[in-house]
Amino acid sequence: MDFQDQLLQYVVTGLTTGAIYALLAVGLVAIYNVTGIINFAQGESAMLGALIMVSLRSKLDLPLPLAFVLTAGVVAAVGAILHWLVIRPARNASTITLIIITIGASIAIRGAALVVWGTDSYLLPAFTRGRPIQLWSAMVRLQSLWVLGTALVSVAGLYLFFQHTMLGKAVRACAVNRLAAQLMGISHDRMATLSFALGGALGAAAGAVIAPITYATYDMGAMLGLKGFVAAIMGGLTSSLGAVAGGFLLGVLEATGVGLISSGAKDAIAFAVLLVFRPSGLFGTRQDVHGGL
Amino acid sequence: MADLTTDLTHRLPARYWRLGLFVLLLALLPVFVRSSYLLTIMIFIGLHTILTAGLCLLMGYAGQVSLGHAAFYGLGAYASAIATARYGLSPWLGLLLSMALTGGVALVIAWPIFKLKGHYLAMATLGFGYIIYIFFTEAASLTGGPSGLTGVPYLSIAGWAFDRDVRYYYLVWGVAAMVLMASLNIVNSRVGRALRAIHGSEVAAQSVGVNTARLKAQVFVISAVYAGLAGSLYAHYLTFVNPSPFGFHFSVMLVVMASVGGVATVWGAPFGAAMVTLLTEALRAVVPRLLDRASGEYEIIAFGVLLMLVMIFMPQGVVQGLTEVYTRWRRGRPVAARPAGKALLSLRRWLRVKG
Repeated sequence: MDFQDQLLQYVVTGLTTGAIYALLAVGLVAIYNVTGIINFAQGESAMLGALIMVSLRSKLDLPLPLAFVLTAGVVAAVGAILHWLVIRPARNASTITLIIITIGASIAIRGAALVVWGTDSYLLPAFTRGRPIQLWSAMVRLQSLWVLGTALVSVAGLYLFFQHTMLGKAVRACAVNRLAAQLMGISHDRMATLSFALGGALGAAAGAVIAPITYATYDMGAMLGLKGFVAAIMGGLTSSLGAVAGGFLLGVLEATGVGLISSGAKDAIAFAVLLVFRPSGLFGTRQDVHGGL
Repeated sequence: MADLTTDLTHRLPARYWRLGLFVLLLALLPVFVRSSYLLTIMIFIGLHTILTAGLCLLMGYAGQVSLGHAAFYGLGAYASAIATARYGLSPWLGLLLSMALTGGVALVIAWPIFKLKGHYLAMATLGFGYIIYIFFTEAASLTGGPSGLTGVPYLSIAGWAFDRDVRYYYLVWGVAAMVLMASLNIVNSRVGRALRAIHGSEVAAQSVGVNTARLKAQVFVISAVYAGLAGSLYAHYLTFVNPSPFGFHFSVMLVVMASVGGVATVWGAPFGAAMVTLLTEALRAVVPRLLDRASGEYEIIAFGVLLMLVMIFMPQGVVQGLTEVYTRWRRGRPVAARPAGKALLSLRRWLRVKG
């Protein structure tokens, strides 16, 4: 197997994890655009998504689509409650304070998951059974297709939501100009809660589809959330499309790094990338906020 | 305004009196406390005080947050451990090396990191923390990998070793008192006023000629040196280092200590360190009795909730926060009329928290 063949395999593996990072990054960007807050608890939504999905599928034996929708709904509700109860009361506080609050939230959520699920790791069965597909020299797992498909459908769905629904346009209005949006009768609080719910649902979707590939544990969220943030930074933090591109790029970079250097270097790569990329991001976007996609 | 003038004139030495009283109380403590367990906790509170003091300077005065301070703590511990256990250098030299190394590393990373602000800075320091943690576990030939390094010698002066809890207690708190004094002097100097100006408004500080980037980097280096010092003291106390205490979890705990104590004063550091360390120990003792599936990590829920509550309701820290709560509760009546209110107010005045 020569280098080119290996590279293709890295790209395939990287795109799968990259899709997860992309989903988390898009959620982060949605929340950041509306509220100006980086949600350090974003990774916990993926953790909750994975573990709730495992419980619904293996304990209650619910059909796949129902379990998926329920998982996303529950985690979206968690996101909304998090915003309404914890972040809204302190919305006028400084950046540091808000950062620390979301860190506190992530610790509390992780602790709650520890109480419910313990320290065990769970493996969800793949969504569809079958052999991996041979794509030239690379093997593609069927679950990888689910991951990529979920990411693409979610991003497309978000696009339609932001561009073609009244509610989506209201969210974008809040991102572009909070005061003007409020003057038009849009409740900024509600849009902020909605953005946290969206972030929760996107994170839950990411966690649910990745659970059959990696084991689901109560502490998986922290690292996923950080990777999501790195992806969002690579995309310029305010652009959802940039975040998606950042997610995929980060995934491929990591997979290649693991293959060429060592598996221990995997997490270091993301943070080295973070130090290289400036807030301007991949596409050199300006510091303005344009909302939506 | 009144505070500023008193600062500049006759009340300047007041901070030394406060510090002196603090040191005296601490020095008398081992006379009454004989339990080795309690002394160990006190030693850790001392180490956490040194760490938190640096973080308070960084968060409260320079207005920057570091989510990777455990990495500096770890670098200090490992530098000391490697220098003494592997290369047989004197522990005191190890201590100096630790401080030099952490200061140097902080100086190098301050340059790219301090171009960042707010969220980016938090994440970049966090990323730095992770990279260092991975280094501790992966560079096994140097650090001993996940199982760590043993055989770190005790600190000793002319054959008199700091090998018992009481001796180490005095050493750690002696260093902690020096660190607090250094911090108080920084805060009350021209540099300290410039730092407060940065915290207030970076642009305004720049416009009056404060070199903000340089000052922030300097405070970052100071806080890293404190952390390196604490790390070295940690290594020579336990005579053993492994990576697990230096992960993200501890970085967050340090931020909790600083925030709970209150970053607006240097005195927030010992209070925050004591509260969080004691709470950790209390939870460790209580939680396994309440929950049968005890794994010792349930305490993190309590810290998450505590952190959120403090940040929402008392963003200035618990000491000032409680005073304000009491004032509001006793609305209409002079607070000083009540004994409890009097105590709180005098505590607040003692800490010179600005209301």
